[in-house]
Amino acid sequence: MTLVLEQILNGLQFGLTLFLLAAGLTLVFGIMGVINLAHGSLYMMGAYAAALGAQWTGSFWLALPIGLLAAFAIGVGVELLVMRRLYGRDHLAQVLATFGLILFFNGLLAWQVGRAPLLMNGPEQLAGFIEVMPGLPYPIYRLAVMAVGVLVAVGLWYLIARTRMGMLIRAGSTQREMVSALGVNIAQLFTLVFGLGALLAGLAGVMVGPIRSVQIGMGEQVLILTFVVIVVGGVGSVRGALAGALLIGLSDTLGRAFAPSLLKLWMSGALADGLGAALSSVLVYLVMAMVLVVRPRGLFPMEG
Amino acid sequence: MRFKSLALAGASLLALTMTASAQVKIGFITTLSTPGGYLGEDARDGFLLAVNEEGGKLGGVPVQVLVEDDQLKPANGKQIAEKWLESEKVKLFTGVIFSNVSIATVPTILEAGGIFVSPNAGPSAFSGKACNKNYYVTSWQNDNLHESAGALAKKLGYKRMVLLAPNYPAGKDAIIGFKRTFGGEVIEEIYTSLDQTDFAAEMARVRAAKPDAVFQFHPGGQGIAFLKQWAQSGLKDQVPMVVASPSLEQKIVASVGDAAIGIAGTSHWNGDLPNEANKAFVKAFVAKYNREPTVYASQGYDAAKLIASGLKTSGEKLDADAFRSGMLKVDAKLVRGNFKFNNNQHPIQDWYEIKAVKGTDGKVVLQSGAKVLENHADAYAKDCAL
Repeated sequence: MTLVLEQILNGLQFGLTLFLLAAGLTLVFGIMGVINLAHGSLYMMGAYAAALGAQWTGSFWLALPIGLLAAFAIGVGVELLVMRRLYGRDHLAQVLATFGLILFFNGLLAWQVGRAPLLMNGPEQLAGFIEVMPGLPYPIYRLAVMAVGVLVAVGLWYLIARTRMGMLIRAGSTQREMVSALGVNIAQLFTLVFGLGALLAGLAGVMVGPIRSVQIGMGEQVLILTFVVIVVGGVGSVRGALAGALLIGLSDTLGRAFAPSLLKLWMSGALADGLGAALSSVLVYLVMAMVLVVRPRGLFPMEG
Repeated sequence: MRFKSLALAGASLLALTMTASAQVKIGFITTLSTPGGYLGEDARDGFLLAVNEEGGKLGGVPVQVLVEDDQLKPANGKQIAEKWLESEKVKLFTGVIFSNVSIATVPTILEAGGIFVSPNAGPSAFSGKACNKNYYVTSWQNDNLHESAGALAKKLGYKRMVLLAPNYPAGKDAIIGFKRTFGGEVIEEIYTSLDQTDFAAEMARVRAAKPDAVFQFHPGGQGIAFLKQWAQSGLKDQVPMVVASPSLEQKIVASVGDAAIGIAGTSHWNGDLPNEANKAFVKAFVAKYNREPTVYASQGYDAAKLIASGLKTSGEKLDADAFRSGMLKVDAKLVRGNFKFNNNQHPIQDWYEIKAVKGTDGKVVLQSGAKVLENHADAYAKDCAL
């Protein structure tokens, strides 16, 4: 029983980590209509900036703002130099250009920082684990990642639903010309939104730095699952991204946790281990297919 | 600093390409991008160091090294080989890191009458019945790595273990190799996926299974993520871990720090092996590239030394039979020490215990210990007709 609870907690934790990445991507995709394959690169740049910052300052807490600022600045730079030229173009041009950005950022880091993975430790205050219930110790750092995920969800909801900027974002996504005609600087607004998306990607990069490998190519590793999350959730919807992330996180984790032992009820151990692994690796795509059959535009499609 | 070393590397490459025309071209197909990129980078730099030390020659023969990135894609490796066979008339190939790239690339080279010397990948597919007189593996047969870890687990007295590896050919080879020498009870085999970044679910399964120890095979970035999460989960202090060198090498240790301390590892090479060739190699590598060599760098260097042994006999005409007789003689001082070729042209060599310890400067480094296996060969050689 404890094991089941622990695995559910693991699933929620993984889901909230996915949400950190998906939130920025869905914001940019939904509001600006741009497919940004380089979202993973922004995540990587955030992690690199933080890891280098941590080596330089010796403190995770100083590295955190360094990573966020770097990701935001790079995001704004990318919007001004590249994305701005892509809004009117079709998705193929966007995919090609942002794929080019992936190669650019990977090359830049290989050249300037080197290919070796970087050392990045979590803050000492969050080391160790606490007993979330009797017999179930859980790493404090992972609980902190979950807390950050929840904070980001609440913060984004507030920003979009309750602030003037959120109103402009919502209006700008569906009625671009009208908002522009009313005297709002749409170009500036989009730069800001893209920067915000990059900041969220950077935040994800900084948060996972201490539990994953900070190295070149780390962005492409997470990109596919992030796209699955926003497609399941409904493209452009932050609420959808949260629901999609939790659904995907839970099904992936529970699949890996229990598929082999469930299969062992019917077949031999070694076969069940192999088949269970194969099954759990396609499980998230099965979930995606089932969601899309019932709700072709995702769980929470954007209105309008 | 980095600019300087890059400029130096560039200059030495340029010097290589400008040497006289009577030179042997060596096609170095390797992985330089993706999270596996640092493996190929180190193998390449180790290889070029050996070429540089001889002033652009190997075994007295002027060589030109062509380097290209396969991006860890089997089709790319094959394409690069085809291109060089055709347009550059390359006959001698090396560099490949990953077994899946090797499996796609090597047949193309051998069918065209070329020679392939592997500095890393040693897939079981080519080490038994399909062995070939123009195919050499200078690193290890894949299973050997994990056989050495299995032997260590047995020596440490572990009886009940959980094994973890990614669900792909080399991951399955790892588990088969480990079981071949371990001999104890395997309570559970847990297969992860190759693109997995979070291992919390698997670690909870390990915690529930309560084994004496675990064995895991996750090379490169996955291994880094695994060790970080293992330490964080608190399992590090409860369940001992045994691994082979791809999951505990110099770069992994440098990027996980304290999380590596206490793990029992095995390798056929380490920076502190006391033979003279190794001392000189480590010193020269650090001087040239301003970083510590990894096991991949040592393998690149040894591959070059063995190719030199072949070229000494064949000369620049590169007759395959003459090259072979030189290769099999192993007229070279390898940095790993003891080495000879088996009948399937894969290594017979020693395996050592290694562990991570805190160095004097507070950095975590790898230290070698007792031999786990001596003159160890692979299980497939008996099926090879050579």
